[in-house]
Amino acid sequence: MNTFKIIWLELWKRKSQLISGILAITLGIAVIVAIQSISVVSKQNVAKKLDNLGANILVLPQGTSIDDYYTSDIDAPTLPMEYVERILTSSISGVDNMSPKLTRRVKVGETSIVLTGILPKSEIASKPLWQNAGLVGAELETACAPSNAENKSQGFEDEKLKRKVIDTLNRYDCLLGSQISKKLKLVENSKITINSQEFKAVKVLPETGTVDDDRVFAHITTVQELLNAPDQISTIEIMGCCNAISEGLLGKLRNILPDTRITTINQIVSTQIETNRLMDKVTLIFLIIIFFVGGISMGNYIWANVNERHKEIGVLRMMGASKGMIYKLFLFKAVFLGIVGGILGFVIGTIAGMLLGPYLAGMSVQPLYMYLLWSLLLSIVIALTGTVIPAYLASKIDPHTNLQEE
Amino acid sequence: MNLTIEKLAKEYTTKDGKVNAINNINLVINKSDFVTITGPSGSGKSTLLLSLFGLIKPSSGKIFFDDKRIDNISDSALAKIRKNHIGFIMQNFALIPYLTTVQNVMIPLSLLGVNKSEQIKRATEVLEFVGLKNRLNHLPRQLSIGQQQRVAIARALVHNPSVILADEPTGNLDPALSLEILDFLKKINTEKGITVIMVTHSPTAAEYGNKKIKLNNGELVN
Repeated sequence: MNTFKIIWLELWKRKSQLISGILAITLGIAVIVAIQSISVVSKQNVAKKLDNLGANILVLPQGTSIDDYYTSDIDAPTLPMEYVERILTSSISGVDNMSPKLTRRVKVGETSIVLTGILPKSEIASKPLWQNAGLVGAELETACAPSNAENKSQGFEDEKLKRKVIDTLNRYDCLLGSQISKKLKLVENSKITINSQEFKAVKVLPETGTVDDDRVFAHITTVQELLNAPDQISTIEIMGCCNAISEGLLGKLRNILPDTRITTINQIVSTQIETNRLMDKVTLIFLIIIFFVGGISMGNYIWANVNERHKEIGVLRMMGASKGMIYKLFLFKAVFLGIVGGILGFVIGTIAGMLLGPYLAGMSVQPLYMYLLWSLLLSIVIALTGTVIPAYLASKIDPHTNLQEE
Repeated sequence: MNLTIEKLAKEYTTKDGKVNAINNINLVINKSDFVTITGPSGSGKSTLLLSLFGLIKPSSGKIFFDDKRIDNISDSALAKIRKNHIGFIMQNFALIPYLTTVQNVMIPLSLLGVNKSEQIKRATEVLEFVGLKNRLNHLPRQLSIGQQQRVAIARALVHNPSVILADEPTGNLDPALSLEILDFLKKINTEKGITVIMVTHSPTAAEYGNKKIKLNNGELVN
C-alpha cells in the first residue's frame, strides 16, 4: 500500500468519475491537436502556393528602383556575379532558391526586345508555370538554402540537368516568352539573331501573364559575353522562406551584401505571414478557451471528488498524513489524469485531423508525433492548474468534523 | 508514555456568542492507563479527546507528551506524532470503503514508509490478533458491524502505538458486540501496555477504566 495505490484504487472504485475527468482533458487536447495538425498542413500548403508565385526577395544594385528592374535599361547598373556565391557560402538559412539574371534591352532587327540571361536550373525551379510546360528545374526544399553545387554551371550548361534537353540551355539556345514569340513570329527551333549572334529557340514558354512573356531567355554566361558584361548580373531573385523573412532574413542578406538594395515583393511575403499569423491566432484562441474550459472542468471534477472524500481525508489526517500529503494525493491524481488525457487526446485529435483534414482544408493530414509531447505537457498543466485550488482546500479540511459525520 | 494536560480550554464562537466546549481541564495520564471519559451529550468529551493530539486546536492551556509540549507545535509535527504514536478508533469505524480489510490496516504502516511485504506481514498478524485472519481481502461492506470495528481496532494497533484514542467505539454496537470490543481494548491495554483513552456514554464501558473522568459543561467533575 502506498500513495499511488490509494489513488489508483480510488480511481478504479469511481469509474464514472474517472471517465468524465479524463474525457474533459481528452476532448480539449483532441481539439487542439486536430486544429494544429490541419493548421500545420495548411501553412505548408499556402507556402507551396505562394512559392508558385515566384521570387519574393530582390537583390538589386544600390540606387536601382523596381522600375529599373522591370524596364531593364541598357545602362542600368549591375552587381558582380560573385554575390551569388557569397550568399551560397554564407550560413544564412531560409533561402529556398536563387535566380541571378542579367537583363538588357536589345534589338532584333528593328524590334526592341528584353534579353535575359539566366541560370536555367535555378530559373526553372522558381517558375512553376514553366515546369508545367515540360521544363524541369531544381527541386525546391522549403527553408533550405540550395547547395553550392546545385547552382554552379559547368561550362555553358548544367551537367546535372540533362534529364531533359530543356533542363539546361546550350551556349546559343534560347527560350521565348509567349508574347515575344508571336511578335517576332517565331516557333520552336526557329533561329533568332541577337547582337549578330544566331540563337536557336528551343522552347516557346507558356503564357504567364508576367514580364517573362515579353522576354527572350538565354544562358547567363552567353548573355554576359554578348553584352560584354563578364561576371555581371542585374539582379538576384530569391525565393525566401516567409518565416525567415519575418525573422530578419533581409537584414542578414544586407550584412553580407552591403552595397545592394534588397527588397521584398510585399504581397507575397505579407500574404504568407498574415496567413501564418491568422492560423496561429486561431490555434491560440482555441488553446486559451480549452485551457480555461479544461481547467475549470478538472477543478470541478476534483472539487466534487474532494467533497465525496471528506471522511477519507479525515481518516488519513487522523492517522498522521500531513496536509502536504493530502495535497500531493490530489496533485498526483491530476498528473495521472493529465497523462492519460494527453495521450488519448493526441490519438483522437490526430485521427480527427486525418479524417477531417481532406474535408475541411482539402488536404491530407499526417500525424505530427512531436505534438504527443506537447499534448502531454499541456494536459498535465491543465489538470494541475484545475486541481491546485481544490487540492489546497482538501488539505485544509478539518479531520475531526468529517470523522464524526455519518 | 505520559500525557500531562494543564488548564486546557477550547472556545467556539457561534452566532449566539462564545461557547466553552471544555474549560480548565487538568489531567495526568500515565503509561498503561485505561482512561474513560464520560458525561452527557455536549459535555465536551470528544472535544477533549480530539484536542489531545491536534485534531482540534485548543484555545488555551498546555499539553505535554512525554514532557514535550505539543499544543503549540506545527501541524506537520503533530501529524508526525499521530503517525508514530497514536491509534484512533472512531464510532463510525472510519474505514476506507474501496480498500480491503488488509489494505485498510496497512495504511498507518504505509504512512510510516514501511515496505510492502512488511506491511502485509504486520497487518495480517494484527488481523489474526483481532480474529479476522479469514477476512483479509473482504471490503468493509462485506463485513458485519462488529468485524468492521475490529478492523478499525487492528488499524489502530498495527503500528504499535503508545496511545489509543477511542471515540465512542461501542456507540454503534449491540451490547454483546460492545462487550467483545471492550474486552479487546482491555486486552490490548493489559497485554501490550498501550494507554487507552476512551470516550463513552455507556456506564458499563466506563467501568473498564482504571482512571475514570467525568465531564459536565466542559469541566471535570470530581
